[in-house]
Amino acid sequence: MKNNRRLLATPYFFWAAAFIIIPLGMVFYYGLTDKSGALSFSNISAIASPENWKALMLSLLLSLISTLICLLLAYPLALILCNLHVNQSSFIVLIFILPMWMNFLLRTLAWQTLLEKTGVINSILKFLHLPVMDIINTPYAIILGMVYNFLPFMVLPLFNVLSKIDRNVVNAARDLGANSFQTFVKIIFPLSLPGVISGITMVFVPALTTFVISDLLGGSKILLIGNVIEQEFKQASNWHAGSGLSLVLMIFIIISMIITEKYDKDGGVIS
Amino acid sequence: MIVNRLKKIYVALIFILLYAPILTLIVLSFNASKTRAKWGGFTIKWYLSLFQNEQIMTALSTTLIIAFVSALIATVIGTAASIGIFSMKKGWRTFYLGVTNIPMLNADIVTGISFMLLYIAIGASFGFPTVLLAHITFNIPYVILSVMPKLKQVNYSTYEAALDLGASPVYAFFKVIFPEILSGVASGFLLSFTMSLDDFIITHFTKGPGFDTLSTKIYTEVKKGIKPEMYALSTLLFLSVLILLFLVNKTPRKEKKQIIKE
Amino acid sequence: MSRKLIELQNITKSFGRDVVLDDLNLYIRENEFITLLGPSGCGKTTTLRIIGGFESPDSGSVIFDGINITELAPNKRQLNTVFQKYALFSHMSVADNIAFGLKIKNKSNDYIQDKIKYALKLVNLDGYENRTPDSLSGGQQQRIAIARAIVNEPKVLLLDEPLGALDLKLRQDMQYELIRLKNELGITFIYVTHDQEEALTMSDTIVVMNQGYIQQIGTPEDIYNEPENAFVADFIGDSNIIASTMIEDRLVEILGARFECVDTGFGINKPVDAVIRPEDIDLVKPSEGTIQGVVSHIIFKGVHYEMEVMANGHEWLVHSTDMFPVGTKVGIHVDPFDIQIMHKPESEDEEAVGVEE
Repeated sequence: MKNNRRLLATPYFFWAAAFIIIPLGMVFYYGLTDKSGALSFSNISAIASPENWKALMLSLLLSLISTLICLLLAYPLALILCNLHVNQSSFIVLIFILPMWMNFLLRTLAWQTLLEKTGVINSILKFLHLPVMDIINTPYAIILGMVYNFLPFMVLPLFNVLSKIDRNVVNAARDLGANSFQTFVKIIFPLSLPGVISGITMVFVPALTTFVISDLLGGSKILLIGNVIEQEFKQASNWHAGSGLSLVLMIFIIISMIITEKYDKDGGVIS
Repeated sequence: MIVNRLKKIYVALIFILLYAPILTLIVLSFNASKTRAKWGGFTIKWYLSLFQNEQIMTALSTTLIIAFVSALIATVIGTAASIGIFSMKKGWRTFYLGVTNIPMLNADIVTGISFMLLYIAIGASFGFPTVLLAHITFNIPYVILSVMPKLKQVNYSTYEAALDLGASPVYAFFKVIFPEILSGVASGFLLSFTMSLDDFIITHFTKGPGFDTLSTKIYTEVKKGIKPEMYALSTLLFLSVLILLFLVNKTPRKEKKQIIKE
Repeated sequence: MSRKLIELQNITKSFGRDVVLDDLNLYIRENEFITLLGPSGCGKTTTLRIIGGFESPDSGSVIFDGINITELAPNKRQLNTVFQKYALFSHMSVADNIAFGLKIKNKSNDYIQDKIKYALKLVNLDGYENRTPDSLSGGQQQRIAIARAIVNEPKVLLLDEPLGALDLKLRQDMQYELIRLKNELGITFIYVTHDQEEALTMSDTIVVMNQGYIQQIGTPEDIYNEPENAFVADFIGDSNIIASTMIEDRLVEILGARFECVDTGFGINKPVDAVIRPEDIDLVKPSEGTIQGVVSHIIFKGVHYEMEVMANGHEWLVHSTDMFPVGTKVGIHVDPFDIQIMHKPESEDEEAVGVEE
């Protein structure tokens, strides 16, 4: 009887093999061979070329900064939302998912309008007699775009773990003499670590690998590693080189995955 | 008191950050001037010309069809898989959930190129089927992750009770288990639909020339200037979802309050 | 009697429209084991949380050792709480859990180690320092929660249904543990439970609460033998509560038969409620009973038989070590001091209204 139910996973088994495992294998295959099909590490070592290396380092820098900003913005927000006693957690999730119904590219493009020299934000700043910002087509605009796009992926896992912490555990810390700051450092933060880790992964990986945000907000001058890979595939049709660079990226992704697996026991964004 | 006010201001600022671009797009959709940089007066002409623009209409229907079909197939495969995985022993379960996590945690660009390489290897022609297959694949994990927690909550005794009372396993499943996991299945479907609708990167790598969803259409237009009809369409889509959610959210909340009171 | 340590004065608390506590007054003596007993929603946990500082009352004040602590933060109060479902810190070892409060107070390492050893010994869990809370059974987690609270040497220990999640046998063992702990520590215990047996076993004083009001305060014997109203009588143990008429002092008419009793001052021919505990009813030969009936049900309960006797149109609940088969004609006899007479509530509401002291 129980065996029968296990069979229900069979379609997914084949699906996952055909469309998750084999394609990933293809990336490895192309990344580790040259055009003649012979084993080669040249695609991977290409990361050391000055342009590629610069793109990777810039990607790492920008994605780390955005991840940090997301964490710093999201943590207080998640704490406040938890304490609001809005037990409608689905409602809060909705508010963060709702923007996704406005196309991702258009949303990001809208920041161009907002950030332009004569754009909305600068008009407001001028009106308030504040110095205008000139950050469009700079790395700052890319960071803003990353924070804007990926903030929900930080808020939701944090909100999830924080709302699951038993209020009496917090009360117990207070009862044993801890002030609010000690309670946060010794109890709340350590208990929220799984959410912090999964939030960091959920933001860091897409930020590290994006090519759209840099395309739309960075002008065409700033190349991230994602842009390099995208161009190898869509413009140069050099699949071996593109796969090799992707394998380099995957080292970072796999590290994040392993860390997440270890900490994140009960699901990430959803659940 | 001051702390409370600060909290409210903080939450408000984050929401302004999240929704400012959306408001901008809505405003732009009423802008008579064709460029984004200038306000040329209020107009609704883009809303009217939108429906005459065949390219946009085709992209819209493609997007909706892909989103709906991929979400539907992913929901069926994902729900069945969840039940199967749930009745497995721990080792297998961990394996399956690990595989399921790959598309969730992997970078979209890597998922995209991995599909592209697969399609190149088997010589598939890029178009509707290639995009659809990719969308189904990245949607299944969202369904599994929505349904699994519900399965954990199901009181298994009720299923056994149904069997005990003479129901067949299939009948018992649809009468007893399925209603309890239905909300998870539904949210898995909606999440899938949304993810498919909002996807650009994976579609970018799996589509062929002449085939466009709204996302890829917008991407090609970025360089030569976005047609204002796009803003109008996005506004319509967004507002219709907003109204829908409002209607859906309004009814169950009342019931919940009553339950709490009891 | 020892002096008053905590005083609750005119405490009122509501959540939204629900008034949970209404003008509650209560004092707690030093070294007393006091139990707040009542059904869920009676306000007992809220009372405890107000004493602990996790809720602040809408009005009224909490006096601790002569000082008003109504607005004092929980971490500044000289009392500790053992929470429902333990609330252990799952990311810390047992030793770190116990050391938590002491580290906050910057005690020396040696002192902390001694205290951990002492506390673990006290709760019979020597050698569990390095275990994680998740690896312990419910009963063990409960003991750790107690150890974590008492190392801080509070003057008062608050316990919020601490045994609620344990199974029956463990619960009974822990009751004796708690009494032993209380005696060894010599501090005040404020205990919240809905389990009347727990309350009767452990307490010096029981406060019976219902719907935000105190129904009766007294020793377990007082509460059991002399319930002041029908709610208390019904909530504490099984009772026969029968609408009756007080004919005159020391004479009550129950279901048409006259019983001698010891109560006075109810007036003449006044409607009252008579409470008779099932174990206080003697089943005798029909001719020797005050009224006669027929045994209609019998269940063997181990220590005694539980029987229902149909007599004068009422099902009497009787506990007896003697067995009378179903259908036996019996007489019912009750000694005068075993009949407790109570005023009849004039409306349903009055059942919930506070009893004047």
